[in-house]
Amino acid sequence: MVQAINLALREEMQRDKDVLILGEDVGRDGGVFRITEGLLEQFGPERVVDTPLAESAIVGAAIGMASYGLKPIAEIQFLGFIYPAMDQISNHSSRIRSRSRGRYTCPLVIRAPYGAGIKAPEHHSESCEALFCHMPGIKVVMPSSPYYAKGLLISSIRDPDPVLFLESTRLYRLLKEDVPEGEYVVPLEKARVVQEGRDVTIISWGFMLHRVLQAVEGFDAEVIDLMTLNPLDEETIYGSVKKTGRIVIVNEEPKTGSFGSELSASIAEDMMLFLKSPVIRVSAYDTVLPLPRLEDYYMPSVEKIRKAIADAMRY
Amino acid sequence: MPEKILESFSVKRLDILDERGEADTSLMPSLTDDQIRRIYEVMVLARTFDQRALNLQREGRIGTYASILGQEASQIGSAFALEKTDWVFPSFRENGVYITLGHPPHMILQYWSGDERGLRTTDDKNIFPVCIPVASHLPHAVGAAMAAKYRGDRIAVAAYFGDGGTSKGDFHEALNFAGVFRLPVIFICQNNQWAISVPRERQTASRTIAQKAIAYGFPGIQVDGNDIFAVYRATKEALDRAKGGEGPTLIECFTYRVSDHTTADDASRYRKKEEVDEWKTKDPLLRLRLYMEKKGLWTAEYQKEVELKAKADVDEAEKKAESIAPPNPRDMFTYTYAALTQKLQREIKDF
Repeated sequence: MVQAINLALREEMQRDKDVLILGEDVGRDGGVFRITEGLLEQFGPERVVDTPLAESAIVGAAIGMASYGLKPIAEIQFLGFIYPAMDQISNHSSRIRSRSRGRYTCPLVIRAPYGAGIKAPEHHSESCEALFCHMPGIKVVMPSSPYYAKGLLISSIRDPDPVLFLESTRLYRLLKEDVPEGEYVVPLEKARVVQEGRDVTIISWGFMLHRVLQAVEGFDAEVIDLMTLNPLDEETIYGSVKKTGRIVIVNEEPKTGSFGSELSASIAEDMMLFLKSPVIRVSAYDTVLPLPRLEDYYMPSVEKIRKAIADAMRY
Repeated sequence: MPEKILESFSVKRLDILDERGEADTSLMPSLTDDQIRRIYEVMVLARTFDQRALNLQREGRIGTYASILGQEASQIGSAFALEKTDWVFPSFRENGVYITLGHPPHMILQYWSGDERGLRTTDDKNIFPVCIPVASHLPHAVGAAMAAKYRGDRIAVAAYFGDGGTSKGDFHEALNFAGVFRLPVIFICQNNQWAISVPRERQTASRTIAQKAIAYGFPGIQVDGNDIFAVYRATKEALDRAKGGEGPTLIECFTYRVSDHTTADDASRYRKKEEVDEWKTKDPLLRLRLYMEKKGLWTAEYQKEVELKAKADVDEAEKKAESIAPPNPRDMFTYTYAALTQKLQREIKDF
């Protein structure tokens, strides 16, 4: 997935001179995960900007650039370090269009690695996508494979609104998949039916999708990869609810207030008459995210997901 | 080994026009008589507008309002130095800046009465909307300056904020970026001595705000913020520096917030009347008027004309603001994203 994201950045920067990158260590170092490797050499320091270590100013400056007419891609080194930029994301990136009644817009992408499972230090493993789904005006995109990462990132860069693009650290080097060179896009705001099934629907996104695909073995399960969390593709989800009537939602956020909770509530509210079982959420625990020696206990396991599917099937 | 001095610094203060209307001719910026008259007329208009807005708020005809009384020279002097192609990032107490730059006063009233449409500037003006979270717009100014530099546009960016804003992280992050990237941006701090109820001494232990620029590797200057010529001169020089590729400047306009913080505030709870009265004697309009009188640019008759014109303009603005059709609730939805999302398509049906 590292190469796929790098390729998307490279191709978009070749295509459009307004696209540029800013963040910590994105230039000479090529990013701590090497996502931006080689881009400084190809595009120069005006377009691949190593900034001072300051998340709020990285996002804030990107907002200024976007309003000026550029298409900046800001990298936050780890999702756990995004909190100083929350004010910029919530109070500004999402609201400039509305506050200026369309005079200014914010076509900005914020990329950040997320998730546990790579034995990283504290604050390097967060999964807090729900916080951003609670901010009208921004889009939240979480790819689950190299192919989709490239196509979704290209769509995000071209999108006229701010997009938070969350990349699973676990997926960076996990999968090999053919990724076409050259232009293709995967549209935002569209979920993807990964496999069709009749008895139960599993909704997931990012890294957790891969555990889901292991867990569904033996069930006649439909699997949906959300890809864009907000704005939500209700049509695809509700279509599947009508079909199977049983829903299991799998994410690696703490359960309380997770995006899975929002999905669960929406399905219960809008689709109750189609449901054969309660909507079941499989999430991380409502604990502080542990250091690496306990992270395997913290993240939803394949067994935990299997058990939830079996529970749904009992109804 | 003996200790060495690695850096030492000094902070300049610029005063040109004193309270009696005497100007230091050696420092006078080059302004024509017509320009000086124009500046004075905008100052009178801004003050007339400000008084009217306060009255309208008391009558419940607009919402909470932040008065600029006493800060007219800081706002109009700096804005007058800007060119149309420059970008401006105001905070929430910049009505004088908006008026100087030609944003229609009725739209300013429209905004303060709770209607976003009042912040929709025309496409030929590069004024950002009011920013309420203190100093959080300073990184935007920096980003716009980065973009202008990247594109090779010969413009400068001006950002306005107060003494309270200098305590915020975004102030320091923005100045740091501006210094590191040597950006064409000027930071205009209206040090009006009070951040709601907290005095300047509680914001910083520095003797001046201007000196904070030095730590970020670029010049800072304090000017008498009630002296229109000093503010204009410092801004003009900073803009020339920015456009000449010489990087950012911090200008501390040393002024005073004569009114309450906003109409929701009562400043008598935390500051003495004597202090306010003392500052009233430093009034920026009065001293420009005294100067103009000495130069033969001001007569009682001229004053009457200027006041009448300002009143007529504000009457007109008030009438216009109050005759605007109420906003359409569908606007909430249409300006959230470029296009309606699936959910918003459902929600908008409520209207």
